[in-house]
Amino acid sequence: MLPTYRYPRFCNSRPAEIGQLIDRPVLVVGAGPVGLSCAIDLAQRGVPVLLLDEDDTVSVGSRGLCYAKRTLEILDRLGVAGQVLRKGVSWNVGRTFFADQEIYRFELLAELDHGLPGMVNLQQYYLEQFLVERAMQIPLLEMRCKNRVAAIDLGDPQRPLLRVETPEGDYLVCAQWVVVADGARSPIRRQLGLDVEGQVFRDRFLIADVVMKADFPTERWFWFDPPFHPNQSVLLHRQADEVWRIDFQLGWDVDPEEEKKPARVIPRIQAMLGPEHPFDLEWISVYTFQCRRMRSFRHGRVLFAGDAAHQVSPFGARGANSGVQDADNLGWKLAAVLRGQAPHQLLESYDQERGFAADENLHNSTRSTDFITPKSSVSRMFRDAVLLLSRDFAFARALVNSGRLSVPSFLLDSPLNTPDGPNDRFDGRMRPGAPADDAPILLQDLPLAADGAAPCWLLQLLGEGFVIMVYAPDESAVVPAMLACSEAAMEASLRLLIVTGASRSAVGQSVRLGPQGPAVERIADVREQIVRRYDLRPGTAYLFRPDQHVLARWRVPTCEQILAAHRRGLGIAATPIASRGERAAQNEGSACH
Amino acid sequence: MPLILEPNFHEPGRPALRSWSPGDDFYEALIAAHAGLTESASYALNARLVLILANHVGDLGVLREALQAGLRSAAAGVSDSAAGSDGEPLTAPQSAAGG
Repeated sequence: MLPTYRYPRFCNSRPAEIGQLIDRPVLVVGAGPVGLSCAIDLAQRGVPVLLLDEDDTVSVGSRGLCYAKRTLEILDRLGVAGQVLRKGVSWNVGRTFFADQEIYRFELLAELDHGLPGMVNLQQYYLEQFLVERAMQIPLLEMRCKNRVAAIDLGDPQRPLLRVETPEGDYLVCAQWVVVADGARSPIRRQLGLDVEGQVFRDRFLIADVVMKADFPTERWFWFDPPFHPNQSVLLHRQADEVWRIDFQLGWDVDPEEEKKPARVIPRIQAMLGPEHPFDLEWISVYTFQCRRMRSFRHGRVLFAGDAAHQVSPFGARGANSGVQDADNLGWKLAAVLRGQAPHQLLESYDQERGFAADENLHNSTRSTDFITPKSSVSRMFRDAVLLLSRDFAFARALVNSGRLSVPSFLLDSPLNTPDGPNDRFDGRMRPGAPADDAPILLQDLPLAADGAAPCWLLQLLGEGFVIMVYAPDESAVVPAMLACSEAAMEASLRLLIVTGASRSAVGQSVRLGPQGPAVERIADVREQIVRRYDLRPGTAYLFRPDQHVLARWRVPTCEQILAAHRRGLGIAATPIASRGERAAQNEGSACH
Repeated sequence: MPLILEPNFHEPGRPALRSWSPGDDFYEALIAAHAGLTESASYALNARLVLILANHVGDLGVLREALQAGLRSAAAGVSDSAAGSDGEPLTAPQSAAGG
């Protein structure tokens, strides 16, 4: 075996309070990609976090591999996307083989005008290392290694109490909230006896990581039923450091110990790569997988995220990707609850929204699994027919399902959304609940960089708070919308973005927002993608939530509408349908005029 | 109208959020329709489906083209060594992923 990676050892900045009880607002259990993302997000939002992990290094061996665009966008907000992009590898050629021939190849075309690529391949240990390094830079985040949660006590459901074991002895943590990201086998979930429902797939997969000794193309190869491994599937994928990941489907009736022996693995790989590609083995393991989820991701003040809450088949890279998106969904909500800005009910929406996403991931990965490993002879017949037709016909290529790339969920049924008004018609997919589409922008008020017009990106600008965005190529032409957004921004501390024309100089007449007006950021829609993707017309406004999903939109908003949508987005129960008079009385108290 | 061989699964009035979803929806429904059937019952179901869909298409020119397309793929079956795949790259944005 040839190691390409040296596992770092992390040590604690200070000793634990052995024999004592400490109080913390938030305890995060598990420093994998999900726990780390959640802890960093909370700490960036000003919440002190204690993050515990039973180990003192990153994940060992070959695990998560492919990080999709939405995950990269979140990692960008958490401060590590640059490292992931620099170390990771991008691929855009995929080749599909059936039996003894290549049936087609495709080129992934990056969607134009998005800041981050569709996906990046990178070994999970690198991602964890970058996240740990980032975590250690944040004063509000304390990470403790070799600290294992041995027991959780919910005798007082409002004050979860946890006993933590360390090599030096035990201590107790009393937390207001506990985020459990301790993996698929989740000891905490087990100790609490919580249900996790679904199925185990009766299949095994062999992972072999190999280091190529000579040039080998950065392509994704997928075989259905190859001659060197009949009746099974094989996947070849590039990782960083000249390491290639090979996944052999083994079926259920094999001896995993036997299959792991290099004497058995090496000839398989030689048959697959051909004699012209010498390689060294770096890692071999055999795994099985399950498709299942907890019935609820929230258990009082204990919140489950990532594999602890849901597990999917590996096809489509939906494990780590969905887990990081869990963290993204949870962070702002927990911070808002802790600051007293939102009621506990807001956390119900975490369970609803991420439960919906988990169901979607389970559905997609189960479809891929059923295509790759047909469960009946007729299913196999259709699968093979699709593969055969895909050599000649584009429609069949679109049906070949060797994993659908993880994409963020459209939370269209979220209770936090405010539906479009009956007279507000919009085209496109930026409906309430949609993950915001990116677009290149230029800030109007910044001096141009010396190297010219380096664009920046809408999602970077949306950042991590509530944002109201209004389209005003000529502000004096949309005064009511401008004033509504400005007043709502002042009242609810929203950031106000004004989308001007397409060029940096195309600022029409500005509306005076008064001496106490909100801070305004004016942006040029340099490629007119915001106008297109969000179907903007002068006066159109969008309200975004802190995890960059659309909450509400209007052709011409009123201040009351924006504030009501903002309250609803924080889980503050909408006022029951009030009579006109009551509503008018309530509005008197607001800052809208 | 010529035989459509480009991706064409769709739901009028319900624009797909992902390019692959309508096709995957159909494929899942097709396999589910066969669940629990014996092999001969599956053959019979397929025969009924072909007749129903052929009548829906109706245009004999299109149906003859479809018959040819189906036969052509079978004739160039996977045991043949013809490659036929080194042509121009196909675009399939966001349609495949690792794992």
